[in-house]
Amino acid sequence: MANDQSSTHPVPRRQLQMARSMCWHCQSEVTGEYFCERCVKVQPVSKETDYFTCLGFPRRLMLDPKTLEAKFYELSRTFHPDFYQTKSAAEQTISLSNAAVLNTAYRTLRDPIQRAEYLLGLETGSVKDIRTSPPADLFEEILELQDTLEEYRASDHDADEGRRLRDTLKTEQQTLERRKEEMESQLRKLFVAWDKLQDAGEATSPARAERDRILKQMRDLLSHRTYINNIVNDLAVTIA
Amino acid sequence: MARIVGIDLGTTNSLVAYMKDGQPCVISDRHGRTMVPSVVALTDNGLIVGDSAKEHLTRNPERTVYSVKRFMGKGLADVQSDLTYFPYHLTETGGVIRIRLGQKHYSPPQISAMILKELKLRAEAYLGESITKAVITVPAYFNDSQRQATKDAGLIAGLEVLRIINEPTAASLAYGLQQRTQGTIAVYDLGGGTFDLSILKLKDGIFEVLATNGDTHLGGDDLDRVLVDLFVAEIRDRRGIDLSNYPDHMQVVRLEAERAKIRLSDELKTDVAIELPDDKGRFFRELTRDQLESLTMTVIERTLAPCRMALKDAGLTPKDIDEVVLVGGATRMPLVRQRVETLFGKPPHCRLNPDEVVALGAAVQADILSGGTTDMLLLDVTPLSLGIETMGGVMSSLIRRNTTIPASAKEMFTTYVDGQTGVDIHILQGERELVKDNRSLARFRLKVPPLPSGVPRIEVTFLIDANGILNVTATDMRTGQSQSIEVKPSYGLSDTEVERMIEDSFKFATEDVNARKLIEARLDAESLIKTTDKSLAEAGHLVAPEEAEAIRAALSHLSTAKDGTDSRAIRARMAELEQSAKHLNVVMLDASLKKGLQGKKVSEVS
Repeated sequence: MANDQSSTHPVPRRQLQMARSMCWHCQSEVTGEYFCERCVKVQPVSKETDYFTCLGFPRRLMLDPKTLEAKFYELSRTFHPDFYQTKSAAEQTISLSNAAVLNTAYRTLRDPIQRAEYLLGLETGSVKDIRTSPPADLFEEILELQDTLEEYRASDHDADEGRRLRDTLKTEQQTLERRKEEMESQLRKLFVAWDKLQDAGEATSPARAERDRILKQMRDLLSHRTYINNIVNDLAVTIA
Repeated sequence: MARIVGIDLGTTNSLVAYMKDGQPCVISDRHGRTMVPSVVALTDNGLIVGDSAKEHLTRNPERTVYSVKRFMGKGLADVQSDLTYFPYHLTETGGVIRIRLGQKHYSPPQISAMILKELKLRAEAYLGESITKAVITVPAYFNDSQRQATKDAGLIAGLEVLRIINEPTAASLAYGLQQRTQGTIAVYDLGGGTFDLSILKLKDGIFEVLATNGDTHLGGDDLDRVLVDLFVAEIRDRRGIDLSNYPDHMQVVRLEAERAKIRLSDELKTDVAIELPDDKGRFFRELTRDQLESLTMTVIERTLAPCRMALKDAGLTPKDIDEVVLVGGATRMPLVRQRVETLFGKPPHCRLNPDEVVALGAAVQADILSGGTTDMLLLDVTPLSLGIETMGGVMSSLIRRNTTIPASAKEMFTTYVDGQTGVDIHILQGERELVKDNRSLARFRLKVPPLPSGVPRIEVTFLIDANGILNVTATDMRTGQSQSIEVKPSYGLSDTEVERMIEDSFKFATEDVNARKLIEARLDAESLIKTTDKSLAEAGHLVAPEEAEAIRAALSHLSTAKDGTDSRAIRARMAELEQSAKHLNVVMLDASLKKGLQGKKVSEVS
C-alpha cells in the first residue's frame, strides 16, 4: 500500500476513487459500488482499495463483529464464484479475485489485533515494519525466563528439579498472560481514542499531534504484545 | 444451462444425484439400487464396473480394483503399508501410481473415470439426456494433488467438473436444506477410507466453514483390516493354514470381515464363516459386538484428535456445537456414535441416510452453480497450509490452513546473482516447519530477464480457487507483463498425459459401447432361441411342416450369428426368426386359451 494514502479523511477518498474508474466491459464511467450501472457487469475491486473500504467501513478500530459478519455475508453473495458459473470467463475471473480479496479483508478486520496492525500499516507505512520487541521494563525478566526455559528443556522432567522448574515457568506464564491482558485493555482504550479523533474529523495541528501520539503508542503496544504472546505460546507448548 | 449432476465418488460406493423440483434426489438403476460399488474388474469381455465387478473381487482378485480412492494423487512410497492388503499389482510412473490390469497399466484417475462413466450412463439413462457437467465430492482433508487427480478423473470420463466440493460440507448443505437450522454444527464423516471433521456456522442461508481437520487414510477399510488380521491369525493357529500364501484368498476374508462388522451394528453377536482355500472346508467363529469394539477402539480413537484440532482452530469448545451430524457408512457403528456423543456431550443427529447425504449435497451445490438455488451459499476453507520452500529447507507459509477460499497470497521474487535468468520455486502443503515433513505439490521455474542482481521484481500470485485447487500466476513488476507458468506436479498427471487419457477414453468409449451392444444382443438372442424352442416343442404339430421347417432354419441362422461379433447381424436374424414364428405364436396362444376354457361355464368366462 502506497504511503500517500495516509489521509485523515477516509470517507471522501473512497468516492474519489470510485468516480475515476471505468467499466472494463462497456467503458462507461462506473459510479456504483461493484457493478457498472449501464451494463450491470461486476467490477474488479481495485488493487488500491484497502480492506476497510472493501468491506464498506470507515477506518475505525472498534468494529461490531456482528455488523462486520453481516457485511461479509452480503458481499460474499455479491462476489462468490458460485454465482458466476453461468457468466462470461472475464466475469468469472473478476469474481474469483474479488472474492479472494474480500476473504482476506474479512479475515484481517475480524481480529482486533490484526485490524489494528493493518490500520497502522495504512496510516504510517508498511505493516512489515512492526517488529516484535520486548517491553523495556520486562527485558531482564525475559532474559532470565529464557535461561529457565533452556534449563528445563535440558532437565529430567520427572525429577524434582524438573518439577521445580516447571512450577517456576507456570508462574511466569501466568504473570505474562496477565501482562498481555493489561496491554490488550490499554490497546482497547487507544482504539476508542482513535475512533473518537476520527469521528471529530478535525485537521488542526493539535489533532494531528494527537493522531501521531495514538499511532506511536499503538505501534509500541502491538509490538510488545506480539513479543509476549510468542513467549506465552512457546511456554505453553514446552510445559504441556 | 445444461443440467449439472452431483456425484459422490466414494472409496467403497459411488452415487449420482440431481435436483428435482427443489429437492435433491439420488438416481437409482432399474433394480432400485442407488449405490454403485467403486469396483472395476477386467473380464474376458472387457472392463466392467459396479455390482457386476464386485462379484469378481473373490473370483478374479488380481484383476479387480477396489478402494482406488486411496491412491488418488499419491506415489507408491505413500502407500507402502497398504500394499500387502491389495491383491492387484501397483507400480509407479512419473510420481503417479499405476495399477496393472491384464496387459495395461492404469492411473488411479483412469480407474475412477470408469466409475464416473458408469454414473454418467446411469444418469443419462434415467434422465433421458446427455450429461456433461458435474459437481464431484472429495474428502475435506484431500490435498491439492488429490483434488487435481479427482478433477482429472472427471475430464477423462468426459465430464466438465464445475466444482470439487468437500464431502462434509456437501452433507451440511443437504442437512441444512432439510432441517432449516441456524447455529453451529459439526459434521463427523467416517467413510470407507477417509475421515473428516468440519465445523460450520449456518446463518441465513450462508454455510460458513470455520475449521476442518481429518485423516485421508482412516476409514471403514481400517476397521475391516483389524478383523482380517484376527481371522488370519486364528486360521493359522487353529487350522494351520497361512493365508498370506494365498493372496487371492484374502478378498474372501476381507468381504466376510466387512459383512460381520455391518451385521454387528444391529446385532450383539454374529457367526463368521470363511471358506478356506484348497477345499480345506470352512472356518467358523462367533464374533460379539463387544469383541469388535475392543478390537477397533484404537482405530476409532484416532478420529478424536482431528475433532479436537478442528474445535481448537475454530476457537470453540464442544459445548458451542449445537448439533453433530453423522456421515459415512462407518458411523452406523454404535461405538462410533457413543464416542462422538462423549466428545461433544450430545447425541449425534442420524436421521439422514449417511450413505446418500453427500451425493444429495453435491446435487444442491450443482443447483447453486446452475443458478437454480440462490438463497444458499457455501463458504469453505482450505484444509492445509500452503507455502514455499525457503533457504535451509524451511517452509514459509503463504496461506494458513482453515483460510476461507477463494484465497490468495502474493510474494515478490528477485535474483541474487547478476544476469540470473530463472528462480526455482517449490510449492508445499502441510503444517510442519521443514520442507521434508510436508507434502510437495509442484515445482516451477520463474523466468527472469537477465539484469543485475536484485533489480528484477517478479510478483507471484498463489490463488486457491473455490475447488481448493492452486493456480499460480506471475507478473513482472517492471514491465507489468504477466508470464505463463508451467507447473510440474509432484504427484500428478501432466496436462499432456491427461489429454492423452481423454483421447484414449473416447477411443475406447466406442469400443466399450460396441462390446456392451454385443453382450446385450447375445443375451436377447439366447432368450428368443429358448422361447422359440419351447413353442416348437409345445405347438410345432399345430402348424404346417414346411412352416416348422422354416422356423428351425431361422433358429439355426440366429445361433450362428450369435456366435459371431456383429451385434447388428444378431438383431437382423432375431427379426427374421420373430417374423417366421409369428404364426406359430398365434396358434400356440389360441391353443392355450382353448385349453384354459375347457370345462368352464360361459358365465365364468364372460
